[in-house]
Order: sequence, then structure tokens, then C-alpha cells
Amino acid sequence: MTSVLRAQGLGKRYGRRWALRECTIDIPAGHVVGLVGPNGAGKTTLLKLAAGQLEPTAGDITVLGGRPGGSPAQLAKVGFVAQDTPVYAGLTVAEHLRLGARLNPRWDDAMARERIARIGLAPAQRAGRLSGGQRAQLALTLGLAKRPELLILDEPVASLDPLARREFLQGLMEAVAEHELSVVLSSHLVSDLERVCDFLIVLVGSRVPVAAETERLLATHYRLTGPRRDPDRLPAGQHVVSARHTDRQSTYVIRTDASIHDPAWTVGQLSLEDLVLAYMEKRPAESRRVALEVQR
Amino acid sequence: MEEPVIEFHLDARTGVSPYLQLVQQVRHALRLGLLREGDQLPTVKEVVAQLAINPNTVLKAYRELEHEGLVAARPGVGTFVTATLTDTSLAAHGPLRLELRRWLTKARRAGLDEESIEALFMTTFRTTAQEDIA
Repeated sequence: MTSVLRAQGLGKRYGRRWALRECTIDIPAGHVVGLVGPNGAGKTTLLKLAAGQLEPTAGDITVLGGRPGGSPAQLAKVGFVAQDTPVYAGLTVAEHLRLGARLNPRWDDAMARERIARIGLAPAQRAGRLSGGQRAQLALTLGLAKRPELLILDEPVASLDPLARREFLQGLMEAVAEHELSVVLSSHLVSDLERVCDFLIVLVGSRVPVAAETERLLATHYRLTGPRRDPDRLPAGQHVVSARHTDRQSTYVIRTDASIHDPAWTVGQLSLEDLVLAYMEKRPAESRRVALEVQR
Repeated sequence: MEEPVIEFHLDARTGVSPYLQLVQQVRHALRLGLLREGDQLPTVKEVVAQLAINPNTVLKAYRELEHEGLVAARPGVGTFVTATLTDTSLAAHGPLRLELRRWLTKARRAGLDEESIEALFMTTFRTTAQEDIA
């Protein structure tokens, strides 16, 4: 299967601060990919690197087999909708479409007009007078009518009310079903992405601790609760994602491909949200011993 | 385009994965006779446009139903119901409900309250379901 995005040791530094480091991921085509992480984790940096709006400081990134922003053909294949779905406030809806047609070689004018009509946007309306939801739909229409193979959206629904959010995602999923494009979209809320994504990248503190198909994530992560136990005494195949201890009890979130037979543990499944939150807790690999000793 | 025969919904709190919820809703509609042989299921595009879910979720659900022999996909046209679930299982409902009632009476007599009964039922249900998979 072809990769839509492949990164090897990818890093981006601003001055002395690393916004993204040692990022190695490989995303197969045909997915709707969710990029989740807290604000400031490096999501926008990763997306801009993929869109060719930033140059990496370290490592490599290829998108649809080419260097991001490397050629006009590459630019035509990748759509990018920046944060807060920017539009030109002084231009009308119709003028946005004309601009899109002029700037994009693969522009699908019929699709753009049909979408604008269906959403109920008046072509003569100035973009500055649109509601947040309408503005987001206009930006989405421009991104889709470009007919990209990959559409990248940075926090597209963060500023929308629940109804506009649902309508936005409905339109996006409809386009995915119809045109078989790959999508990468970011959010700081897992709940926004849970229904639409089938691949998830978690980004915490400028690093990617996990990236995989959501089904695989849900099938390989467990919550273990039982009598207090040191992490060193867990089987080799169980990777600790997060750990909490009281005097008597331990609660672990672990990742493993094997099934869990230890009768001492109560084994629970995790929701996608809990799973992501577990990765957002302090990294246990570096601080597991310290954490145990501090609490003793 | 014709109105779809059934409409799907998703419950976020059940813990049942979305694809399985779709499968269950089709099976349920078949059992109740809401869906009959020859009916067309909503297209993938219709389902994702309504529920705002990933198209692969719908495709997976439809593949599962196809695998069970309940529906068949006609490329370029849609997915159609090819079997019925009504006659065989509906007849069994009565006796099973009776047995379940007797069991519930026994459980209450043994001192179990509603929550304990539900917990006992669900854990047994889950362990047997897991044993079936294993």
C-alpha cells in the first residue's frame, strides 16, 4: 500500500526550542487521520511541514511520495486548510470560487458550486459577514474543490458550535466517501475526532508516542487494576503507558499484543479518549522508578 | 432517489463500537421485519453524511453483514437485503423469555437486587462471548 505521509526522525526547531522531534510515522493512504495532542504540542508544526509551509530542521518527510511543496504538481495534490479556516473577509463567496479556479489546476467548479448551494451560502455574500460555521464550510469547499489527494486541516472545528461542528464533519465525510481522498485533521479534543478517524497520531510535548489505526489502538491497550506492583515485575511484552500507585493498589495503562492472563489484575478496556489521556500523562518510561519512590 | 428504508443512529455511551452498532441495527430491523428481502440499505455516502462517521466504518459493517449472508453488494448500485431473520428467531423468543423470567424470580429470591442481577448477567454474557471468540 502507498504511504500518504512518511516521516523519518523528523524535527523542527525554532531557535533553541524543538517544536517537533524524532517524529517517525508512516500513514497508509485512504485513511482519515486524527492528530491529537494538547495545545502547543507541535500539531500545527507537523501539519505545516506536511503541507510544505515549513522546512524541517532534522530528518525527512515525504507526502504522497514527494517532497512537501517541492513542485507545482505536489502543491496541487495536497490541500491545506489552516487554523481558524481563514477566508478573505472583503471577497464574496463567488469571488472565492473564482480565485480557487484561477489558483488550482485541478479545480472542480461544478463541485464547488453544488456544495455552496447545498450549504445555502449566497454567492454575493462577503466572507466577512458569514458565521463561523459558514466560513468553515466555505474554507472546506475551497479545500475539496481543489480535488487534492490529501487534505490537511488544522483544528478545523475548534471554534465551531456543536451543530456547525457536526455539519462540517458530515460534509467532510461525505467528500471522503465520494472522492476517496485521504485526510489529516488535528484537534486537541479526541471526542471531536472519535467518529471520523480510523487512524490516530498522538502528539505530546513535541513527540509522537503512538500512531496507529484506531481499531488496533483499542485492541492493544488495557487498564490493569490490582494489588500494588512494581513496573519491573510486569511481563516483557507489556509496555507501560501510564501508572498510578497508592499504598496498596496499582493502576496501569499498558500496550501489549498478547492477551493478559494474570488473575491478580482486573482488566478493563479503554475508550479512545482515556487511551489518549494516558499518553498525555507524564511519560512513565523515564520516571517510573522516581514516581514509585516519591510516593513511598 | 428513493427514501432509505431505515436510518442509523449511534449511541456514544454503550461502549459498542460504531461499526457493530450499525450491524446490530440492521439485524434488529431484520428481526422486526422492518427490513425485508430486496430492500436497499442506505448508501455509504448517505450514512456518513447523516452520522458524520468514517466511511470505512460503514463499509466494514456492510462487509460483516455480507459475510453473514444477510446482504449482498451490487457494485455501482448499492447493498441489498438478501435474507430474513424473522421466522426462525421470533418463534424462539417466547420460550426464552419465559425461562429468563423464571431465572429472574430465582435470582430475586436468592436476595440479588437489580444492580447485582444486571452485573451477574453482563459478566456472564461477556465471559461466554469471549470464550466463544477464543
